[in-house]
Amino acid sequence: MPVPATRDDSSIAPVDPARPRRSRLPPFDAVVELHGRALLRFCIARLGPDRGEDAFQETLLAALRRYPQLRDPDAVLGWLFAIAHRKVIDGARSAARGPTPSDRIDEQAGAWLDPEPTGSVWSRVAQLPPKQREAIALRFLADLPHRDVGAAMGTSTEAARRNVHEGLRRLRADGDRA
Amino acid sequence: MTPTPTTDPDDAATIAALRAADDAPEDAFARARQRFAGRAAADGLVDVAYEDHDSPLGRLRIGATARGVVRIGLPAEDPEAVLEQLAREISPRVLRSGSALLTTARHELDEYFAGARRQFDVALDWRLTRAFRRQVLEATARIPYGATSSYRDVATVAGSPNAVRAAGTALATNPLPLLVPCHRVLRSDGALGQYRGGAAAKGQLLALERPA
Repeated sequence: MPVPATRDDSSIAPVDPARPRRSRLPPFDAVVELHGRALLRFCIARLGPDRGEDAFQETLLAALRRYPQLRDPDAVLGWLFAIAHRKVIDGARSAARGPTPSDRIDEQAGAWLDPEPTGSVWSRVAQLPPKQREAIALRFLADLPHRDVGAAMGTSTEAARRNVHEGLRRLRADGDRA
Repeated sequence: MTPTPTTDPDDAATIAALRAADDAPEDAFARARQRFAGRAAADGLVDVAYEDHDSPLGRLRIGATARGVVRIGLPAEDPEAVLEQLAREISPRVLRSGSALLTTARHELDEYFAGARRQFDVALDWRLTRAFRRQVLEATARIPYGATSSYRDVATVAGSPNAVRAAGTALATNPLPLLVPCHRVLRSDGALGQYRGGAAAKGQLLALERPA
């Protein structure tokens, strides 16, 4: 699966330890309180409970490490899920390389676990092209606005909107056939 | 829920099904969050750790940096505003997380409220106060347990006998109430005066310290 370019680093200011500045960012604790549930839901849906929680932790650790350099408080959500997007891909890759591949067939099959039993709408999401299923997951599983879906996937807001729209259109067509 | 203006009305059922995915249970989230906080602290990523601590006054919010306790939020304060102040003035890397300093502070506060401690030994980080205000608070920190002083006295010890009003402001914005005992400063006429935690809390603390 090609890794989409991410643009979150563009919102990172250069570090200037000599000049502590008053921060406009909310306390990181408030970010976890506000977005942590959606982040955990997203990671678990993509990787299953164990690797999903690992990805949740890796995402928050990476985010906390760089948080003071984030320039725009309004960009927090897209920035956080851009990190999550990469961590989920890393988690799926390490699962595919795991020592007991027979236990992890579902993850190798496409770095995607159904959050719901087979036959549900999410098992049909798993069949979508990668960009569409990722956009659908960010939009409806993580509940991100299109702007932040775009930020998380390194695309424009318009491209994010198109991916969501196309994904929905295919799901509806599949549903009508079923 | 954010509206999706370009969405076809025929997609409504699909979207409803997509949104029906269950949240991880709240206790699973709480555990994951706690594990994250532990790892963040171990990696040195937490600039201000905080915990809430129940006391006879109510719930205290205690913040600490690597240097010492930096902030105590009294029950009368907005606990979110306490975190926002820490994020704004110290670092946005504020996280609910344990630390040895916080454990010591909580233990000493318990002893104080039980009448078993007359002065605090835990390290303090004074960075939220500076200049004259800090001098006033340092003078206040030297008022012994069970004694009281006046706004004019602490202004005098701080070096500006006439700056009574400024001394009052310093005490009203004390970032470290209890540990820096601003409740021991009264008006010259003996009235209680203001307290960040409310006059009732001030009276409660003075009563605690009054010899039986």
